[in-house]
Amino acid sequence: MSNNIYLKQGLDIPISGVAAQNTRKVITPDVVAVKPTDFRGLVPKLLVREGDRVLAGSPVLADKMSQNILFASPVSGTVAEVVRGEKRKLLEVRIKADEKQEYVDYGVKRVADMSAEQIKEALLTAGLWPALTQRPYGIIANPEVKPKAIFVSAFTTAPLAASPEFTLQGDLADIQTAVDALGKLTDGGVHLSLNSANYSGTPFHKLTNVIVHTFEGKHPAGNVGVQIHHISPIRKGETVWTVSLLMLAAIGKLFNTGKYDVRRKIAVTGPKAVNPAYVDGYPGISMKDIKEFYETPENLRFISGDVLTGTNIGAEGYLGFFDNQVTILEEGNKYELLGWAKPFRPGQFSSSRTYFSWLTPKKKYDMDTNLHGGPRAFVLNDVYSKVLPMELYPVYLLKACLANDIDKMEKFGIYEVLEEDFALCEYVCPSKIDIQQIITDGIALMLKEMC
Amino acid sequence: MSGLRNFVDKIKPTFEKGGKLGFLHSTFDAFETFLFVPNTVTRKGAHVRDCVDLKRVMIMVVLALVPAMLFGIWNVGYQHKLAFGLADWGFWNIVLYGLVKVLPLYIVAYLVGLGIEFVSAQIQGHEVNEGYLVSGMLIPLIVPVDVPLWMLAIAVAFAVIIGKEVFGGTGMNIWNPALLTRAFLFFSYPSKMSGSTVWTGGVERFVNEGVAFQAGNGLVDGFSGATPLADPTLANLQPKLWDMIVGTIPGSVGETSVIAILLGAILLIWTGVASWKIMVSSVLGGLAIGYLGYAVGATDLPGYYQLVMGGFLFGTVFMATDPVTSAQTECGKWIYGFLVGALAVTVRLWNPGYPEGMMLAILLMNTFAPLIDHYVIEGSIKRRAKKVKIA
Repeated sequence: MSNNIYLKQGLDIPISGVAAQNTRKVITPDVVAVKPTDFRGLVPKLLVREGDRVLAGSPVLADKMSQNILFASPVSGTVAEVVRGEKRKLLEVRIKADEKQEYVDYGVKRVADMSAEQIKEALLTAGLWPALTQRPYGIIANPEVKPKAIFVSAFTTAPLAASPEFTLQGDLADIQTAVDALGKLTDGGVHLSLNSANYSGTPFHKLTNVIVHTFEGKHPAGNVGVQIHHISPIRKGETVWTVSLLMLAAIGKLFNTGKYDVRRKIAVTGPKAVNPAYVDGYPGISMKDIKEFYETPENLRFISGDVLTGTNIGAEGYLGFFDNQVTILEEGNKYELLGWAKPFRPGQFSSSRTYFSWLTPKKKYDMDTNLHGGPRAFVLNDVYSKVLPMELYPVYLLKACLANDIDKMEKFGIYEVLEEDFALCEYVCPSKIDIQQIITDGIALMLKEMC
Repeated sequence: MSGLRNFVDKIKPTFEKGGKLGFLHSTFDAFETFLFVPNTVTRKGAHVRDCVDLKRVMIMVVLALVPAMLFGIWNVGYQHKLAFGLADWGFWNIVLYGLVKVLPLYIVAYLVGLGIEFVSAQIQGHEVNEGYLVSGMLIPLIVPVDVPLWMLAIAVAFAVIIGKEVFGGTGMNIWNPALLTRAFLFFSYPSKMSGSTVWTGGVERFVNEGVAFQAGNGLVDGFSGATPLADPTLANLQPKLWDMIVGTIPGSVGETSVIAILLGAILLIWTGVASWKIMVSSVLGGLAIGYLGYAVGATDLPGYYQLVMGGFLFGTVFMATDPVTSAQTECGKWIYGFLVGALAVTVRLWNPGYPEGMMLAILLMNTFAPLIDHYVIEGSIKRRAKKVKIA
């Protein structure tokens, strides 16, 4: 165990609706969707047509830029519909699932006997390559590149996030297999970050063939980007890969069973989730499959992921590839008389002392999606670094992004950040600036100009 | 409550784009959002947001200024009573006189300033920014009570238009708008901003025209009307030290009472709206140069007198800490604050032309704050790059 890294800055948002640790439902999928929009900058190439039969693990999409990167169907069934948006942009491939799941057999493999090339080949063919994310920029890893190192965060701090200990119980052996496999793709080793508060309580400290780091602190201490920043910052020209525990489990299963098995336990959470708990499901399941968890979909927001970084997918939407959490919130589209002028607002949380929620530190709040104000220019400049445990100047980086000034973006650390790291800055911002969008635009500019 | 909401919803279309009064859209929006937190929901990024907004932040600063304002109103009347020997004046007479003198300053400052803000928001199609709520609260507190209202109106217009709107409004300005108002008055109408007759309500008028609101028996014998800065010697100020702390001395409306200002400082620091680092370092800077001057014989006042005289503390707590115009980096705040305090006392001690240096020190440091930040950030990036290379 290396040195413990204590992160002072951060904030745990006290939102209600944590999922009870039991599995309330095993979802038999009806229609599931494969969404190219889950991957930044992906230009997809469609490999199937409506009416085609697919098995779990059959390729459905390919990356137009490097066509050996494939995206697989999570279930076996028939391609029901290809949904396109503006300018015929491919949004979803919907697959009507069979009652009984059949898997493509990729063959059981012994990782110890495989070379790096064989491992890459196996992941690419089976459609699990997109599980690897490259930093900088958070795009799908480039198979041609050898990364400096691979980073895995083995704990979560995001609001209401699914507990990895609960969702991945029994998957330790698969995760170990995946770690062994990925370790061959880099010289820098696989870095695993654990929460020091729960070090002995989690089974993941038993993983071998990894370099362990421990972290302590509030959200976003569990973000892999924050961890990389403290373990080995990304400099210009360097590439590292990140992968989640969830994806490691799937990769391990591919080698151990020969199947593309992305089944997962999904936490259904949020203030408007009735009896929040876990379900057994797949990526791409429809929100209709969890209708036991809400009364009526009207005026509710369905988020694939957590409240800070997730995607608003709507009541008809489908869970994202990387997500194992659904958050259900009420839309806050109502007026509040004299809200900001009232001395007390007991139903609202604020991290600032201008309100009194610091008096009730244990209280959980039924948050909704109201913006609580109007957009303004940056005025307060010290609120952001209090929730960003990185040695960066957040306002300067954001202003460089707004000004499309690439030199300054580089200088202020665009290589080290993704939207998720700035999500709390956006949450606390009294000027109500859409900070994550600024970072998204900044990264898009970097991708356009630098790659 | 819902009746009010229904009324607002009913008249809203008139003020929307294309409505009969569409040209007042920003104004309507300002009043509506003043009454109601809007029903906008998050579209991008984080789906939930903290309930704090700039209105709440600004109202905290306004609240922090209330003790200084209330004391200022009372002190205006009290100084008038002392000057004219009105022995029969009780508390309410004093407050009434103070209100009669100070209220018009507030009305002018807010009408002119907010008027310009509303018009420019409408022209640029923005929402009205609440930053001026604070500026408007500050301006009457940092001018002499007898300043002619038309002068104040011109100065406010100058500060808001040239100091703020041309840069793009609140958040983009380089200099503190309230101090810019005072600087404009100071350099355009020096006779109304210095001397010994301007600091007490009614004295100027009595000297010029022989009348005042309550002339009584005329000015009392030995009336000086000077602020402590006019004659900063130990012999003069030692007996007045307690008066200077309580604030029962002539001066700009809201700056005299150390106690009232400290009450505001506690609120600002507790809520985290203003930086305690700037306040502490400014006090340290003032003390350092104050004691240096004492040591080399530039003054016979011990350094701590510099803190309680004139506008030092008011400037330190409310003006130097303006988050937009001060240094933005944490290390930069220490440097910036220290230099504000040090420069203010330097001007006092070594520049015979200006008895008070706080305004000039803050405006000068506002100008240099981006430079301080630049070097702090360069240094930090270089240090970090070195550390990463070694690791």
